[in-house]
Amino acid sequence: MDLALTDADLAFQAEVREFINTYWPEDVRRARATSSRFEESRGHSPEVRRWIDALNERGWAVPNWPQEWGGTDWNPTQKYIWDKETAKAECPQLSAFGARMLAPVLYTWGTDAQKNEFLPKIREERMIWCQGYSEPGAGSDLAGLATRAVREGDEYVVNGTKLWTSGAHVADWMFCLVRTESGAKKQEGISFLLIDMKTPGITVNPVYILGGIHSVNEVELKDVRVPVENLVGEENKGWTYAKGLLTHERTGIAGVARSEVQLARLKRIAQETGMDGGSLWDDPAFRTRVTELEVDLEALSVTELRVLAQVAQGGAPGPESSILKIRGTEIGQAIAMMTIEAFGYYGMPYPEQTLIDNEGPIGNPYVMPTMKGMLYGRASSIFGGSNEIQKNIISKAVLGL
Amino acid sequence: MDFSLSEEQTLLKDSLERFIQNDYDFDTRRKVMAGEEGFSRENWKQFAELGWLAVPFAEEDGGIGGGAIELMIVMEQLGRGLVVEPYLATVILAGGALKYAGNEAQKGAYLGAIIEGSKMGALAFAEPQSRFNLADVATTATADGDGYVLSGHKAVVLGGPSADFFVVSARTSGGPRDADGITLFLVDGDAAGLSRRDYPTVDGLRASEVTLDGVKVGADAVLGTVGGGHAVLEQVIDEATLAVGAEAVGGMEVCYKDTVEYSKQRVQFGQPIGKFQVLQHRMVDMFMEYEQAKSMMYLAAMRLDEGYGAVAKKAVSGFKVQVGKSGRFVGQQAVQLHGGMGMTEELNIGHYFKRLTMIDTTFGNVDFHLKRYGAV
Ligand SMILES: Cc1cc2nc3c(=O)[nH]c(=O)nc-3n(C[C@H](O)[C@H](O)[C@H](O)COP(=O)(O)OP(=O)(O)OC[C@H]3O[C@@H](n4cnc5c(N)ncnc54)[C@H](O)[C@@H]3O)c2cc1C
Repeated sequence: MDLALTDADLAFQAEVREFINTYWPEDVRRARATSSRFEESRGHSPEVRRWIDALNERGWAVPNWPQEWGGTDWNPTQKYIWDKETAKAECPQLSAFGARMLAPVLYTWGTDAQKNEFLPKIREERMIWCQGYSEPGAGSDLAGLATRAVREGDEYVVNGTKLWTSGAHVADWMFCLVRTESGAKKQEGISFLLIDMKTPGITVNPVYILGGIHSVNEVELKDVRVPVENLVGEENKGWTYAKGLLTHERTGIAGVARSEVQLARLKRIAQETGMDGGSLWDDPAFRTRVTELEVDLEALSVTELRVLAQVAQGGAPGPESSILKIRGTEIGQAIAMMTIEAFGYYGMPYPEQTLIDNEGPIGNPYVMPTMKGMLYGRASSIFGGSNEIQKNIISKAVLGL
Repeated sequence: MDFSLSEEQTLLKDSLERFIQNDYDFDTRRKVMAGEEGFSRENWKQFAELGWLAVPFAEEDGGIGGGAIELMIVMEQLGRGLVVEPYLATVILAGGALKYAGNEAQKGAYLGAIIEGSKMGALAFAEPQSRFNLADVATTATADGDGYVLSGHKAVVLGGPSADFFVVSARTSGGPRDADGITLFLVDGDAAGLSRRDYPTVDGLRASEVTLDGVKVGADAVLGTVGGGHAVLEQVIDEATLAVGAEAVGGMEVCYKDTVEYSKQRVQFGQPIGKFQVLQHRMVDMFMEYEQAKSMMYLAAMRLDEGYGAVAKKAVSGFKVQVGKSGRFVGQQAVQLHGGMGMTEELNIGHYFKRLTMIDTTFGNVDFHLKRYGAV
């Protein structure tokens, strides 16, 4: 057991920091962190484009991919340093649907043609993906999905409705679970299809979530014709691929480094918030609660390191990775709530964007992004397998109950 | 010991319930909110006709002489309907200050108009640095001839955009956080030197940043005694705390009941999700939180009606602590148990969650009221 960084690690850390300061400098960071435009804070400004191009040029865009597709030869410590530093500077990430969720499926089970066509575009963020899994009747019970794909010659004809599809309104392509056979078990008979969003028969309807945020959609598929070469892996085996992918989703979702940034911000806000002539940070009650969160987060951080170490030794993240998802989202939500609480009355204003553009923010510039983040963050314990479902997994697969 | 409502109180409750049920469904509320003012003047007129705007005022002032229990009844129902009309701002906050501190002339000029629905008001008490400390008043009132000149910044003034008049706390003497030396003033909405920046709040209300830049008022604008405003503010805010707490209790009731209903209908894994024991227990917890908050609400209302003093203050703070915790839990779990649907704008649940979240930081959060509870 050893936590110390070697000289080589430290040199690497310095290199990473310099890179970040060059391509994602302080002023850009702050502008993005205080932007009240939620959609924009996730989308692609010229600064984001520059950052992603720089990543690609340096060969650092997709550290976790196999090297032949652009991954790095970093050891786990280096990957850890990279994650920490980029999170600390709130660097934009490649769209997770493509780079973190679909890519592992493609480089593991895709055909050469699929790999050659899609992986470079995902790496360069020139092709945006969305995830078409959930449906009105299939949420937690994903295997209950009803969207059908019927083979006709060289094509599948797809009919059904996907719901909650994040980013479908900006996506070029969708990876999609469809039913190709009504098997004995509902997990059997599901296939993994790649669908070009420009295909005739696809309608994307916005679904607004709390705070008026447009990030999810309903996607209607009506006689959508998909070439068979867009099937990933074998027909009726899609569930296996998707399940592997969900575990990836789960580790990423812990968001330890992101929570550390938010926690540091919360402290700063508390220090800047007036109370009885001093600051909110001087209030022992508030401070104790923030400190509790800090300890929770530290425990999670070490738990994550243990999972990563296990992965580094060749293991896949097992069912215990559900801990990361549950505790990570709980802590993230608690930090967001406490930040709103720190603002006091100034947590309330929710002005229209034009008012902010013309007259500036009301109160602290972090109020709007924090509120939008808090509202959106309520979904983090719902998507990617809800926290209830994660606990079912732990109790069954880990505790054997 | 008796927790039942009198006949008049039951009638009041029924009339509100009917309105919420028949005239204030979620779609109507949404339309009302989308309008220019963010609420409906028509509804306001109806509130006046039904006598709701008269509830807390004395009969000699044209009111119906209701106390804390009547206010609680009104607000609990308004909370169930997630009503956005500025009842709290006009009747309880601005009206409350007039009720407790106004002289005959002031009551004559304002209370009748509030009761008949022709004037709206707001209480401008918070400031950017004040957080929940009512004595932290930096806005100044300087004597000027017979009157005063007011200058300062009032923060997040609920109901500010529609206010015809403001009750403003300002410092006439003393240090930055002295309870003594705070005076309340009646200031016209269109007074020279008063400007407002209006905006919607995240929970569907409207508020303003109010700037006072050398606003001149006469001696007759002083509400209550010079330097004695803090005691009035404290009492008004305590009543308002009961009010938002009752609103939260109403909201929690809808949240837990709707969640129970939803869990019976939503099928996953071949069964209604309400069959999963972990969710059953969660809903039981929601129910218990609601009941506990309701108990503290009754206690606070009854204590306030017994007379305003240490016992009442403590009961109000205890209620607010309970509401803060319960409201958050119930709101968050209602969203969680509705899954993605709970996250949408189109379902009511998320809107209750937002209001419950903001009520926690209105008139003092859990920390604030725990401290106050321990101190009084
Ligand atoms: C903001 C947002 C973005 C999303 N993005 C995407 C996307 O890009 N692509 C995509 O495919 N999907 C996406 N989703 C959908 C998400 O994966 C689903 O919301 C999630 O799977 C839950 O399904 P549901 O909403 O139907 O809730 P339900 O499954 O109906 O669940 C309702 C409640 O019941 C509980 N529950 C269900 N089953 C059990 C059980 N067996 N035991 C105990 N409790 C149970 C749940 O935990 C939850 O609390 C997104 C959702 C949101 C809110």
